[in-house]
Amino acid sequence: MERGGAAPDRVYFDYAGFSPVDPRVLAVMRPFLEAGIGNPSAPHSLGSEARESLEAARAKVARLVGSSASGVIFTSGATEANNLAVRGVVLRAPTGARHVISSAVEHISVLNACRDLEKAGAAITLLPVDGEGRVNPDEVRRAIRPETALVSIGAACAEIGTTQPLTDIARITRAAGIPFHVDGVGALGRIPLAGAAMGFDLITISSNDLYGPPGAGALWVKPGVKIAPQILGGGQEGGYRSGTENLPALVGLGVAAELMRAEAAHGEPARLGGLRDRLVERLLGALPDCRLTGSRSARLPHHMSLVLRGAKADSILLDLDLCGVAASSGSACAQRTGTPSHVLRAIGCAPQEMEGSLCFTLGRWSTTAEVDAVIERLPPIVSRLRSLALPASR
Amino acid sequence: MAAAPKVLIPDKEIDCIGLFCPMPIIKSREAIQGMILGEILAMLSDDPASDADMRSWCRVTGHDLIEVSREGGVYRFLVRKTR
Repeated sequence: MERGGAAPDRVYFDYAGFSPVDPRVLAVMRPFLEAGIGNPSAPHSLGSEARESLEAARAKVARLVGSSASGVIFTSGATEANNLAVRGVVLRAPTGARHVISSAVEHISVLNACRDLEKAGAAITLLPVDGEGRVNPDEVRRAIRPETALVSIGAACAEIGTTQPLTDIARITRAAGIPFHVDGVGALGRIPLAGAAMGFDLITISSNDLYGPPGAGALWVKPGVKIAPQILGGGQEGGYRSGTENLPALVGLGVAAELMRAEAAHGEPARLGGLRDRLVERLLGALPDCRLTGSRSARLPHHMSLVLRGAKADSILLDLDLCGVAASSGSACAQRTGTPSHVLRAIGCAPQEMEGSLCFTLGRWSTTAEVDAVIERLPPIVSRLRSLALPASR
Repeated sequence: MAAAPKVLIPDKEIDCIGLFCPMPIIKSREAIQGMILGEILAMLSDDPASDADMRSWCRVTGHDLIEVSREGGVYRFLVRKTR
């Protein structure tokens, strides 16, 4: 693993969009893809081996969220896990309990699951956030009704990196006896996030977020919390997620979770935080008319996002790509529709800022040399694009 | 004598019922790209977020949102292509 040195040709700072699969994960997955493996539900010896591998992976994922393996339901990814959490809890709740509290900066899979419930008659409260993207726990308390079935707040916002006051919210939900779902994507292994100990009832886990293979994920559900399955079939995953398990990917997820846990204990979040701080300080110093979005302190350690005026993000990203730097605007949705992202709207960004949103997410293979390459390459691009822009657009 | 109410007849209609953000906007964008200036697109959607999303999209793109109606949980947006 290269961790320094000369200016790199390619810089990859879009780990939140997609993370490379760790070669150690791939090595463990390979025999499950190349050699014959059984169906974990099969009665023969290959099935039994497959079952053991699946359960070992489940135990590893459970350790990452500091909880028991019996609560881990494997899914095809975080989107499915979020759907299972939101729809599953509400549809299983007693008749009449049809109110969900979430926030304006959640992942689209949570928001759309809420909207689908709303179409079916549920009431949805999307809490506002402050200028840094933080939910106020008092707002959660005030939003709770007798018919509230679920509170769903992500641990961190992928677009602006802000982390939420989860323990304060958990204290409120626990006192009210309402299940609390936390989308852990971006946060697991990077900030402390322990299911039962912190008072959470459900946690969404993404494999690729942990440098595992895409197409795998999990939902941890605290024992006793009731959910309705959303995919029906042969009763795999305790009946809560039918369909033959994707064993190679889930074994990979298990190893990825174990590596993430070990890495967190050995200071990787602090290393990433150091690199990120260097990027923030130097970029903000070098770019006029630019500011950090999200919180400076309550923030994922590998995450930097900013908005700048007078240049459009898509033009900047194109030029950065030509210079060998892969970054993002933070919101794939906004990029596809050409409209301002729901997160930037929620934190009150000025219209002139919304088109200039950039997001840099660092990861396991990020180096100081890569950070310095971005610090060197981005300012001239912004200056050039600003010089081409009409004065009115500033 | 009162004038007869103006009935707008869309040149193209797309059905986005059952889809969620961002698909109604993406499909509207694709549909309007193939239309000529001044033509009217009708988009049907039952996504509760589509009202705010369509207004935002029209504001950003400059297309003219000429009518929004809602019946039985289904929105009908009429958008005139302006650019």
